[in-house]
Amino acid sequence: MFELIRSNKRRSLALVAGFMFVVALVGAAIGLVVGNGILFTLIALVFSGAVAFASYWKADKIALRMSRAYLASAVEYQRLHNLVEGLCIAAGLPKPGVYIIEDPAPNAFATGRNPEHAAIAVTTGLLEKLNRVELEGVVAHELGHIKNYDILVSTLAVTMVGTVALLADGAIRLMWWNGGRVARRGDHDNGNNPLAYVGFALLIVSPLIAKAMQAAISRRRETLADVTACQLTRYPPGLISALEKLQQDITVTHSASTATAHLWIEQPMSGVGDQGKLRAVHQLFNTHPPLDERIALLREL
Amino acid sequence: MIVLLLVIVGVVVIVAIIIGAYNGLIRRRNQIENAWSQIDVQLKRRLDLIPNLVETVKGYAAHERETLEAVINARNAAIQAPDTPAGQAGANNMLEGALGKLFALGEAYPDLKANQNFLQLQEELTATEGRVAYSRQFYNDSVLDYNNKLEQFPTVLLAKAMKFERREYFQAEEAARTSPSVEF
Repeated sequence: MFELIRSNKRRSLALVAGFMFVVALVGAAIGLVVGNGILFTLIALVFSGAVAFASYWKADKIALRMSRAYLASAVEYQRLHNLVEGLCIAAGLPKPGVYIIEDPAPNAFATGRNPEHAAIAVTTGLLEKLNRVELEGVVAHELGHIKNYDILVSTLAVTMVGTVALLADGAIRLMWWNGGRVARRGDHDNGNNPLAYVGFALLIVSPLIAKAMQAAISRRRETLADVTACQLTRYPPGLISALEKLQQDITVTHSASTATAHLWIEQPMSGVGDQGKLRAVHQLFNTHPPLDERIALLREL
Repeated sequence: MIVLLLVIVGVVVIVAIIIGAYNGLIRRRNQIENAWSQIDVQLKRRLDLIPNLVETVKGYAAHERETLEAVINARNAAIQAPDTPAGQAGANNMLEGALGKLFALGEAYPDLKANQNFLQLQEELTATEGRVAYSRQFYNDSVLDYNNKLEQFPTVLLAKAMKFERREYFQAEEAARTSPSVEF
């Protein structure tokens, strides 16, 4: 248990380091293409440091804002509040903020930097489609993330993966305007700078690295949170039946975005159950283990 | 010189281990106390909800006196019950049975079942039941954690020397283990 928490804190540090490295690479790549490697690398380092710092303090708010979550009123969502409070007692955690997302797709996530600063968000679809026991299983799963400090790593990843994706995207676009130009009169060596090709390759690779990073930190912890959830509710069938309902439901969670995908209890994007040639590729970038596997594991408890 | 240095390092390490073990034990013991008071809080909360519920039901089914009185009596018994795990468990089991019958009334009186206040109280009590169970669970988890630490090496040496004692689990009474029978 404490082992797990410590490893999560270590991972958070590794994630920040990895993030700064990737951003620095992107900076260097832009620099190489434009022609001033060192300056751009330095800018990227300062920038990524600032993002990492801000992420620690504000990433949970950003994740909630990105998903258009609002605070659940204690009167209207009495049942949800009651469930959260009860499970918090079982887990010995302070009660996190409870948020609602207007979305017909049943899904939920937890965010924050530690149990004292944590939040749980559920969609209205989840509240409609699940009964009390199932809802309890899902809430327990999210509390499991909070208890295990998964939220710190995954919330940091939201802003970091988002930033890398955004940067690389912007840089690639920028290249067509500026760096990718055909040689003009007055240009001397730029067109033939071999380093520019390296920079170009880095630009393409970095968002992929970011995605793989996101997937790697996320998959195992979903299974772990499932197990923690059962430790709290002492009733695996609740979570099993909730996951089965999520599996049958094919609504895509529109409130989710690429950057927040790994936060949710069920992978919110399409292309999860894909068969055929692309299957292996999709699996590499899946942020969640297949629901079948998670359900099968819970059945063994 | 080197020997002296080694001795100093050894002493420092041993003192650090002792401090760590002691603090770990204290932290766990305090957690148990916190968990125990949490059970108390939840039981009291349930008792506080009952008068409201009885009043609401009275408005619709005043002639179900027997059921209502059973709940009130069980509540009074629970208030007076001694503040020990065994005493609390007995009284609260009785209360749970009486409450079950009271909620069964909802089935016989559609008006009552449709009453917003009744529904809200029902949700509140169901949730409190859950919380009582969860607080017991947390208490037992805390006791397990503490007892484990107490008997593990090297903490066990310190615990023996300082007379830390094992804690008891919160166990359900024999009556609570068999599920309550519902009569109609």
